[in-house]
Amino acid sequence: MNEEQTTDYEVADPQTLDGNAAAGMLFEIFGAEMTLSSARCAHCGNRAPMGTLRVYCVGGPGMVMRCSVCAEMVMRVMRRPDGSFLVDTRGAAYVRF
Amino acid sequence: MTDRLVTRGFVGRRETAQRGQRLPPGQYLTNDFPVLSAGPTPHTPLSEWTLSIDGLVAEPVSWTWDEFQALPSREFVVDISCVTKWTKLDMRWQAVSVDTLLEHVELDRRAAFVIAWSDGGYTTNLPIADIVNNQAFVAFGYDGDSLAPEHGGPARLVVPHLYFWKSAKWLRGLRVVEKDQPGFWESFGYHNRGDPWLEERYSGD
Amino acid sequence: MASIGWQVATVSALRDETERARTISLLLPSWTSHRPGQHVDIRLTAEDGYQAQRSYSIASAPADEPLIDLTVERVREGEVSPFLHDELVVGDRFEVRGPIGGYFVWDAAAADPLLLIAGGSGVVPLMAIVRHRAQVGTGVPCTLLYSSREAADIIYADELERLGARADGLRVIHTLTRRQPPAWSGYARRIDMKMLGEVLEGTGRMVNVFVCGPTALVELTADALVGLGLPASQVRTERFGPSGG
Repeated sequence: MNEEQTTDYEVADPQTLDGNAAAGMLFEIFGAEMTLSSARCAHCGNRAPMGTLRVYCVGGPGMVMRCSVCAEMVMRVMRRPDGSFLVDTRGAAYVRF
Repeated sequence: MTDRLVTRGFVGRRETAQRGQRLPPGQYLTNDFPVLSAGPTPHTPLSEWTLSIDGLVAEPVSWTWDEFQALPSREFVVDISCVTKWTKLDMRWQAVSVDTLLEHVELDRRAAFVIAWSDGGYTTNLPIADIVNNQAFVAFGYDGDSLAPEHGGPARLVVPHLYFWKSAKWLRGLRVVEKDQPGFWESFGYHNRGDPWLEERYSGD
Repeated sequence: MASIGWQVATVSALRDETERARTISLLLPSWTSHRPGQHVDIRLTAEDGYQAQRSYSIASAPADEPLIDLTVERVREGEVSPFLHDELVVGDRFEVRGPIGGYFVWDAAAADPLLLIAGGSGVVPLMAIVRHRAQVGTGVPCTLLYSSREAADIIYADELERLGARADGLRVIHTLTRRQPPAWSGYARRIDMKMLGEVLEGTGRMVNVFVCGPTALVELTADALVGLGLPASQVRTERFGPSGG
């Protein structure tokens, strides 16, 4: 959200959060703490803990997780109104956990 | 049951004063202009920017930034509702009507939908019936200023009668098609049309 | 692995840290001790069933008791933080799940010196590290570089001063970006590469870095540290921001 600035740092890309912000939802989906688990980006091959992914659209129905190196989408998750999830993992070569 | 717990005194940010008249169901009013993006803000130089209409048209058309700026534009004052449940009233945009853009092309008779596409790969699909008759515009100014990058500048589509994800930021083109092709969110569980008055947030499946 | 189910927390104490930051102590019926850096999700439910959910970092050190502190910054036009600041009283209850997160977490057994870099309320998860370090009495050197707008905005100011004076290897460096008190000896500008270079001279390069703050601070800090020759794998970041307040 367009928050009041509480520090003197300009917000370059205010929507970006780290994978930590998705930790609760990832736990619900995978049944495990995932921020230390590796995901390999299917686009550039970067392998990194999911805690390093860039998370967008936190607060929306759907959430987008992008590679911190190439910015391509690694995973996309949506919580449906009935509590179930849609999980799009086409951008991940694999998730190790 | 823990899910029955009510937090004493918590009502949430929900405005009821205008509910029913200007506030669609399930929405709250905000004075902020919240930012929600599916990816990083692109930084295409204006010298490389173009806006195009292609697909099922007799001749594709493309405008440079200067050519786009030279098109007739006007102010649109509209209410916007986002699927994240905020609604903002009386947003003032400087924009070129989609009608004006479509005057420059001859639509094929099979044309029924457009795919709006953006820098960064975002897409959203719209029936042509939802973007003509001054229902949609391409905005390059907001509230007296140029449109800020985080809000979709240099130019974004605005379709005020549908949820805001239909108003593609960083718009670069409209592709005219015969068959509907669900876009970035529509192919992933969001409603295909997204009318806030009908609370069309999610797809049925 | 701890369960991630929701439980009902009871507010056991409230303390204003600054004009904008408030600490909420929560008593939890079933709590697995957290690790410093972790957060919880909280969920508030209105009479009519409307719910709002937010994530907040845990400020307290892991403890044997099922008690945690959250420090929440008030967000103007926010939905949840104004409620937590203005409405909440001791004895109120709401739902909590956690602890959550394994990436932005410090392991007290790690031998590498720590460099903690905070902007504004980004100090909260780092304070859990500072407190845990003091509690377990590890000799691991620790430097906290903390950027605030002005002195009145510094969260945990007194406690940081007290802990810094214990001469146990904790060094607290403030930078005040907007206004400085008379005879201010700390930094008086935004964090930049030169400042980070100077701080690294005191810590050496074999540091475990944790950065928490607004996105712009995190990006410039992480980039500058890598530019100064630190491997990116030594730098852990947590951007805070658009949680909706």
